[in-house]
Amino acid sequence: MSEQRALSRRRLLASVAALPILAATADGASISGTMPWSPFAGEPPKPVNPLGWYFFTPDEVVTIEAVVNRLIPADNLSPGGKASGCAVYIDRQLAGAFGQAQRLYMKGPFMPGLPSQGYQGDLTPAGRYRLGLRALNDYAHATHKRGFAQLAPAQQDAVLAGMDGGKIALRLKPGFSTKEFFEMMLQNSMEGFFADPLYGGNRNMASWKMIGFPGARYDYRDHIDKHNVPYPRPPVSIYSAEG
Amino acid sequence: MAKLLPKRDAVIIGLGWTGAILAQQLTEAGLNVVAIERGPWRDTPTDFNVAYMQDELRYAIRKELFLKPSVEAMTMRNTVAQTAMPMRDYGSFLPGDGVGGAGVHWNGQTWRFWSSDFSIRSHLAQRYGAARMNGLMLQDWGVTWNEIEPSFDKFEYLCGISGKAGNLKGRVVPGGNPFESARSRDYPTPPMKMSYAPTLFAQMVKEQGYHPFPTPSANLSTAYVNPLGVRMGQCTYCGFCERFACGNYSKASAQTTILPVLMKKPNFELRTECEVLKVNLAPDGKMAKSVTYIDAKGVEYEQPGDIVVICAYALMNVRMMLLSKIGAQYDPVTGQGTVGRNYCYQTGSGARMFFEGKHFNPFIGAGTLGQTMDDFNGDAFDHGPLDFLGGGGINCVVTNGRPISNRPTAPGSPRWGAGWKKATIEGYNSSMGFSAQGSSYPVRENYLDLDPTYTDRHGRPLLRITFDFPDNDIRMSHFMSDQLEKISKPFGAKVTTVSRAKKGWDAVPYQSTHNTGGAIMGGDPKTSAVNKYLQSWDVPNVFVIGASAFAHNAGMNPTGTVGALAFWAAQAITTKYIKSPGKLVRA
Repeated sequence: MSEQRALSRRRLLASVAALPILAATADGASISGTMPWSPFAGEPPKPVNPLGWYFFTPDEVVTIEAVVNRLIPADNLSPGGKASGCAVYIDRQLAGAFGQAQRLYMKGPFMPGLPSQGYQGDLTPAGRYRLGLRALNDYAHATHKRGFAQLAPAQQDAVLAGMDGGKIALRLKPGFSTKEFFEMMLQNSMEGFFADPLYGGNRNMASWKMIGFPGARYDYRDHIDKHNVPYPRPPVSIYSAEG
Repeated sequence: MAKLLPKRDAVIIGLGWTGAILAQQLTEAGLNVVAIERGPWRDTPTDFNVAYMQDELRYAIRKELFLKPSVEAMTMRNTVAQTAMPMRDYGSFLPGDGVGGAGVHWNGQTWRFWSSDFSIRSHLAQRYGAARMNGLMLQDWGVTWNEIEPSFDKFEYLCGISGKAGNLKGRVVPGGNPFESARSRDYPTPPMKMSYAPTLFAQMVKEQGYHPFPTPSANLSTAYVNPLGVRMGQCTYCGFCERFACGNYSKASAQTTILPVLMKKPNFELRTECEVLKVNLAPDGKMAKSVTYIDAKGVEYEQPGDIVVICAYALMNVRMMLLSKIGAQYDPVTGQGTVGRNYCYQTGSGARMFFEGKHFNPFIGAGTLGQTMDDFNGDAFDHGPLDFLGGGGINCVVTNGRPISNRPTAPGSPRWGAGWKKATIEGYNSSMGFSAQGSSYPVRENYLDLDPTYTDRHGRPLLRITFDFPDNDIRMSHFMSDQLEKISKPFGAKVTTVSRAKKGWDAVPYQSTHNTGGAIMGGDPKTSAVNKYLQSWDVPNVFVIGASAFAHNAGMNPTGTVGALAFWAAQAITTKYIKSPGKLVRA
């Protein structure tokens, strides 16, 4: 008994001696003698809360909902941008790291550049939406005497097409063009429509069902050899079962 | 005042592909090595989780695994007459970040540059006369094919590359690439299984007399145990490869091939989230004595070492040399100086075909699920009657069908509103594409230096890229677009579109993370920054490893050649330098 105890004590000591030297020291994280591993170290994505608004004001909500519903209109192929959650998606993105430009190089001087040099303004994405949506409504009031959301669908389409085609110039600011604002709304709307539903858009995986994308599946070895044969299974998302 | 740390035999800057190879080889030779990495520790079971890695928004659009411009940006312009502006977000190319570097999120297309690349000037002079190269700064790399071939072999067997040999010791093997240079043995694992699009491509171009073969892949066709005893798994064709890390241990990276062995060595230490600010030289500027780095808390340290190996991304290698005054800055007006010289990129074009009644299932993909033909790559074809040099590989590789970014529609289709959904549904499943990855040849006016205006978070100047596609490369690429048009005709598609390269490199849309040159290898210290062993001509205890050493860029992905150069340089350090420190080549 005591021998066994001594043995396990020796074993314990040995295992302590072999403990990885993994310490966050003043040197930063220094790693030697081991593969560092700690359970649950990764960061699973957090599904957004679908209720309420985190960034947009009530006026901005009705404007952006009208925009996403014209960029992605409801028809027999899929629900529209609003019912798909695209405005909720954009709201949550603007309230987070994307909206605050956490990735971007935001040091000055800010000077006008060439189109090939990309966006050179000093506004964060959140700041661009704040300015852009107000300018869009100002334009609608000036030309049609109502807000963008109150225009008829055909009028809304004409305004968006004018922004897309460079025919309409909203009152923005130097370094941030109307075309750039349109492209940003289009890109973010499509992100919301086609991203995993956990981000607030693509409700019920409607866009994936529409085009036949199986979503977050991770193994197609059973179908790689089946040439010119439609994939038979419905989409799955990261947090849901088959839709 | 930086805190002085105990000296190590070797200090490695960056633990990506090249840093991991150098660390493994140097520790194996008994050296005491420390690697200093700016980004975080990352590993498969903790960070590359199969339960949520298949998230297009997080990884491909918000670019979670990539370097943030807020950490290090670069400025760009097309010509010296323009003012360079910072790329406030990376677009045209996406540098990596953290342990494993860009090797975490690469596609895995693993090529060997050809014998005629390493000796490009001699080869082209012999075939066409030296005058054909006027205006191009093409030069031999200083290393020959027979010298470097064993290093390619080492890298392929480290990774377990899936492919089919086309030239075994000079014997052409049917089904492989007949244009590759002679290899000493076949690939370690057989080719990937093929989905519909590359199968159709191979059949159609073969009927036209070309030579398609399976694209050599670091996504493995089968389970594999590498020479270090590290196990890899079979690729599942999940379609979340480039821009993503692999959760299946199926894509070769430092994590899946080296780190499980390297990290356990007592003579290796890794410091993460520590950014090297510069390499410190002795007062006479002829030897490096240490590196200065700053940790996540903002505290500065000085780490002395007998050897300093710069293993960052190609562009950052050049910046580190310039910030540290290792070698002289290249001047595009006088042609003097070597650091920043021969910066090259990649010259691409593509074809897309829209069919009726076909189902390609584009989401069944992998970074290297595809077929290539090299009939128009490099100097595989006669340039005698043509008005350019160079060429490109034609690749039909199905990487993904991720719908935020990958929704091809027939030309003229609306991008939004009524009508775009129908076009999107039609194009998504029933179109296929292939592309020409064209070479990029050096010219006097394309170069790298330090920006005079913009600085990083530590106040150091950003790297400035001055680049446009040279006229030679535009003519080459138009020739490639012509071939794409010809090749696509017999497919019988309803609509085919072919893109054409144009002047004015645009930093916004993604093109390729194949930035090469700036610290090129060669036989003459007047025209190269490092010698044939990737040793600095000016500071001989500094080695600079990566695509920064490429004297030009071929029509192929660079990583295979980067891996080979890493093994080649490591061999020079362990078998030559540590026995007799000093200049390995007398100039």
